[in-house]
Amino acid sequence: MSTIIPQLIIGTTDLAAAFLFLYGLKRMSSPVTAPSGIFVAGLGMLVAILASFLYVFSVSAATRPHLAVNVGLALVALALGGGIAWWSGRKVALTAMPQMVALYNGMGGGAAGAIAAVELFGNKAQGLAQLVVTLLGALIGAVSLSGSVIAWAKLDGVIKKPLRVRGQQAVNALVMLATLVVGGYIAFVTQSGVEPLIPMPELITLFFGCALVFGVLMTLPIGGADMPVVISIYNALTGLAVGFEGFVLQNPALMIAGMVVGAAGTLLTLLMAKAMNRSVGNVVFTNFGTPAKHKLGNIKGSLKPVEAGDAGIFMRYASKVIIVPGYGLAAAQGQQKLYEFVKLLQAAGVDVKFAIHPVAGRMPGQMDVLLAEAGVPYDLIFQLEDINDQFAGADVALVIGANDVVNPAARTDKSSPIYGMPILNADKAKKVYVVKRGEGKGYAGIVNALFYGDNCNMVYGDAQAVLGKMIEAVKGLGLAAAA
Amino acid sequence: MDFAITMTGFVALYVFMLAAFAGWVIIGGVPAILHTPLMSGSNFVHGIVVVGGIFALLNASTVLEQSIGFGAVLLGAGNAAGGYAVTDRMLAMFQVSHPHHAKRAHAKHPKKV
Repeated sequence: MSTIIPQLIIGTTDLAAAFLFLYGLKRMSSPVTAPSGIFVAGLGMLVAILASFLYVFSVSAATRPHLAVNVGLALVALALGGGIAWWSGRKVALTAMPQMVALYNGMGGGAAGAIAAVELFGNKAQGLAQLVVTLLGALIGAVSLSGSVIAWAKLDGVIKKPLRVRGQQAVNALVMLATLVVGGYIAFVTQSGVEPLIPMPELITLFFGCALVFGVLMTLPIGGADMPVVISIYNALTGLAVGFEGFVLQNPALMIAGMVVGAAGTLLTLLMAKAMNRSVGNVVFTNFGTPAKHKLGNIKGSLKPVEAGDAGIFMRYASKVIIVPGYGLAAAQGQQKLYEFVKLLQAAGVDVKFAIHPVAGRMPGQMDVLLAEAGVPYDLIFQLEDINDQFAGADVALVIGANDVVNPAARTDKSSPIYGMPILNADKAKKVYVVKRGEGKGYAGIVNALFYGDNCNMVYGDAQAVLGKMIEAVKGLGLAAAA
Repeated sequence: MDFAITMTGFVALYVFMLAAFAGWVIIGGVPAILHTPLMSGSNFVHGIVVVGGIFALLNASTVLEQSIGFGAVLLGAGNAAGGYAVTDRMLAMFQVSHPHHAKRAHAKHPKKV
C-alpha cells in the first residue's frame, strides 16, 4: 500500500507536534525558559504543516483531478495568510498587542468554522456524533470569529462606545435559540433523509449567519474595560472549536492542541475575572464599563496640583518609592523615560519597585511586557499580592496613568461598580503623586477618591513630558548622577 | 499494517479529558508576569487548525469547497504566523538585572488557583 508510508510520517509528526506544544507551553511557565518555549512550539507547528501536505497520497478518487489546483491553492493561502500576519505581528506597536491577539484569535475561530463548513457542504460527516460535533465546532468557531473582530474594533477605537438597547439579552437569547434550532434541523434532515423545507446549502448558510450575528450581538454591549476577559474567553472558545474539528477530521494533534488551549484559556479567564472580583457571567451579561456613574458621592477634599520638578526632587530624597504604572503610561509612550527616571533614583540610593495590578493595561500582564520592552528588569516588578503590604512603609507611591486599580472606593463604597475588586493600596503610602493628563475619569468611568486624599498631589500633563521634567529636575541637583 | 487513526466515542473523550487536564495543570504554573505572552502563546498553539484546513482543502472537489478550504488555510496560517510573531517578540524582551535573581523572581509569583 502506497499510503502507509505517508500515514506513518503524518502520524509521527503530529504526535511530535502535540508533544512539542505541551512541552513548549510548559517552558513558558518561567521568564527564563519562555523564549525557548515558543520556539519549541513553533518547531512542532512547522513539522506538522509540512507533513500535512502528505495528505495528497490519501485523497479520494473523486478529488484526484483537482489535486494540483488544491495544492497550489494551499501554498498560496499559506504564503498569503502567513506572510501578512507575520508582517503585521512584527510591525504592530506593543500597546496595540491586545487587539492583534484578538484578531489572530478570530482568524483561528474562522478557520475552524470554515473546516466545519467544508464538511457540512460536502456532507462528509459520518454518523450523528460526528455531525453534532461538526455543528458545535462550527457554532463556536463562528461566534469566536465575529466576537473577536468586534473585540478588535473596540480595542482599536473603531467602535468607541458600548452599544446597548433595551431587551438586548432577550434578542441575544432568541438568536442563540434560532442558531441551535437550525443546527438541530440540519442534523435531523441529514440523519432521517427527509426533504428539508429549504434547500440544504441555504440552511447551512443560515446556520453560520445566525452564529456570526450572535457573536457580534454578544460582544457589542460589553465595555472596553472588560475586553481582556472577553478576548480570553474567545481564545478558549477557539481552542474548543479547533479541538472539535480535530475530532471530526480524526486528527489527534488538533484535538489535543485545541483542548489544551480550551482548558488553559478557561483557567486564565477565571483568574482574570477573579482579579476583578467578578464572575465571568457578570462580565458577559451585566455590561459594566459604562461611563454612567458620575456622582461624586461623599468625597471630601480637593485636587492639589504640584509641579513635576518638585515631585521629582521629593522622590530623589525619599528612601522608598513604589511606582504604579497603568495604561496611560503606555499610551503616552512614557516607559523609556520612566525607566530613565528610575535609574536616576536608584543611583541616588532610592529603593524603587514597580507594583502591577493583575488587570492593569488592556490585557492581563500587558504592563509587565511594556516595562520589559523599556528594559526594566523583571525582578523590580511585583504583583499585587506580593507588594500590597509594602505601601504602608513606602515614602512615595507614584501613580502614572493608572486610575481604577488604585481607587479606594473598591474597598469602602458598596455602591461603586468596582466595589470588592482588589486594588493596590497606593493611598496607604506617606505621599502619593498621581501623574494624569487631566481631571478625566478612568477607563471604567468612576471618580477616584484617592486623588482627593490629604496625602495626594496631582501632577498634570502627558506622562512622557512629566517624566522628562522630573528627570531634568533631579539631574539639576547634580547629586544623583555623581552618586 | 495500517497506521490510519480512528477515534470514536469514548477514546475521543479520553483524549479530550487528558488534554484538558494537561492544559489546566501546565498553565496553572505560569506566573502573572507572563499572562499576556501566555495568552498569545496559547493563541498560537490553536493555529494548528491550519493543518485541518490543508486537509480539508486537499480533499475539496467542488469550487465551493475549494474556496472555503482556501479561506480556512488563509485564516489558519494567519493565526499561526501572527501568534508566533507577537509571542516571540514579547518573550524576547524579558531581561533580568542579575542572573541569579531569575529563580527568586519566579518563585515570588506562585500561582494561586
